[in-house]
Amino acid sequence: MNELQTFSKALNQESLMKLLVTLKKIGVFYYEGFAGQKSWSRQVWLIIILKLFIMFFVLKLFFFPNFLKTKYTNDKDRGDYVIEQLTNPKK
Amino acid sequence: MIENFDMSLVDWSRAQFALTAMYHWIFVPLTLGLAFIIAIMETIYVKTGNPEWKKITKFWMTLFGINFAIGVATGIILEFEFGTNWSNYSWFVGDIFGAPLAVEGIMAFFMESTFIAVMFFGWNKVSKKFHLISTWLVAVGSNLSALWILVANGWMQNPVGMKFNADTARNEMVNFWDVLFSPTAVNKFLHTISSAYTLAAIFVIGVSAWYLLKKLNVPFAKKSIVVASVFGLITSLFTVMTGDNSAREIVRDQPMKFAAMEGLYDGSKGAGLVAFGIMSSTSENGNDNMKDFNFKLEIPNLLSYMAYMDGDAFVPGVNDVINGFTDNDGVVHPSVITKIEMGRKAIHALKTYKQAQKDKDANLAQTSLDELNENFKYFGYGYFDDPYNTVPPISITFYSFHIMVGLGMWFLLLFTLALLFVYKESIVSNKWFLRAAIWSIPLAYVASQSGWIVAEMGRQPWVIQDLMPTLTAVSNIDTTSVQITFFLFLTVFTGLLIAEIKIMLKQIKLGPNHGGH
Repeated sequence: MNELQTFSKALNQESLMKLLVTLKKIGVFYYEGFAGQKSWSRQVWLIIILKLFIMFFVLKLFFFPNFLKTKYTNDKDRGDYVIEQLTNPKK
Repeated sequence: MIENFDMSLVDWSRAQFALTAMYHWIFVPLTLGLAFIIAIMETIYVKTGNPEWKKITKFWMTLFGINFAIGVATGIILEFEFGTNWSNYSWFVGDIFGAPLAVEGIMAFFMESTFIAVMFFGWNKVSKKFHLISTWLVAVGSNLSALWILVANGWMQNPVGMKFNADTARNEMVNFWDVLFSPTAVNKFLHTISSAYTLAAIFVIGVSAWYLLKKLNVPFAKKSIVVASVFGLITSLFTVMTGDNSAREIVRDQPMKFAAMEGLYDGSKGAGLVAFGIMSSTSENGNDNMKDFNFKLEIPNLLSYMAYMDGDAFVPGVNDVINGFTDNDGVVHPSVITKIEMGRKAIHALKTYKQAQKDKDANLAQTSLDELNENFKYFGYGYFDDPYNTVPPISITFYSFHIMVGLGMWFLLLFTLALLFVYKESIVSNKWFLRAAIWSIPLAYVASQSGWIVAEMGRQPWVIQDLMPTLTAVSNIDTTSVQITFFLFLTVFTGLLIAEIKIMLKQIKLGPNHGGH
């Protein structure tokens, strides 16, 4: 039993080590990739970050709330509201 | 009932959606097509081991990367608009689109973002074969991520595979496969992606033509032109084929749209195809939307043949759809007046059903539900008073369709000539052709956008064919907020487009010898 436990522990340690090595390889892969980028690549990353900031922290937060979710707390009320809009539209 | 809607709100919401969708579509087609062209180029590199092909692949990958990065997430804006500006529509269709669009999001995120990293960072770090597989997976993944949104659009043009739930006011999917494989969805997907491939092929030829005009990177440019021309020739022929299938499907499911595309007011047997036409600014029939032709070049019987593969078949015009007609398959299409009556019955039945439920009147609720189901097919018509309100804007649909088809024919010729000139080794001396190829880049975008104008303007006044008019789909919000966000988007997207063009032009000027990325 003891031998089995030792073997299992060693196996687990070996698997863990393999996993850590793989993760390190992936990390190094991305690090070297980002570090070795050309100037156009850095420019587009800047644009991506700026764009995502404008989209999610300006437009979504201040200009694009979900109309039905902010107006009603449950689906029944939302459904009733849409039916009212469809059957009795008002300006 | 139409007077109960704030048309200013509807128009601004439409303008905002059109603006964002059209800007989004500037970035998307190049990504979809260029990904495959790059994959083909890299395959040649792996097969031949020729480092010239690696340089070619890396250069086009740089331009792909710029376009992908600037365009990424521009489609998210459309999702924001669904929730804020089009809440009635989003609710009405929610159960059909929700899951597939979520699958698309996950698929796009994992497939593209994982393999795109290998594609850009993996040169000399992973094996050639693994890199090549990653490039192909980026191409397949980006195209698959376009699948669901196009299936959703197909469903809006031809709603199938669902049942309306009167308790929740939502359409619920009852047959996934009917939605996925509806002829409209299949044609829409294939026609859209193949036209995107064509656009990307023209982009590659146009940029390469610029190098040839400047006598720079000549072997690189010639090799790029060969790959893009073969790819473009195949995909543009496929675009013609899927467009032809679309036309046959539209004449059956959206005959009003088909009539508008051809400016056909009165249908006939053996109808001719207007190859070229100029509409006048006036109309004899008193309807401003149905302008007479000042001039038209018509090919006899071709429209009938295109629509039904029979030169003598009857093709309905706008007035036939308004007054009702029997099509070539023997299907009776009721008049719009009849549809309006049925639509009004359906709307009234839904209202009565909800009231009966509140009053706990089970019998009335059941009778109303039966009446709703019986007339639901034409639910949306109940909002109109004048049958001619169900006619789309004819001039813009007609011109967009003809611009798209005309340019499509030019692109076919362009690919053929490019191959011929490369084969005869005379492409460098044919300067007129090189200039035409460069100018074809903006023309490819014009054709691509025109296609969407045909699809979306041609189906007006519907956001969901026959079920939901655009005017009932909008949220009851303040028009001013829509106007503000319209101009915000205009600024942000124009800024993005300028950035893309500037960065791309810089990379093109640097050329393939600069080392790619």
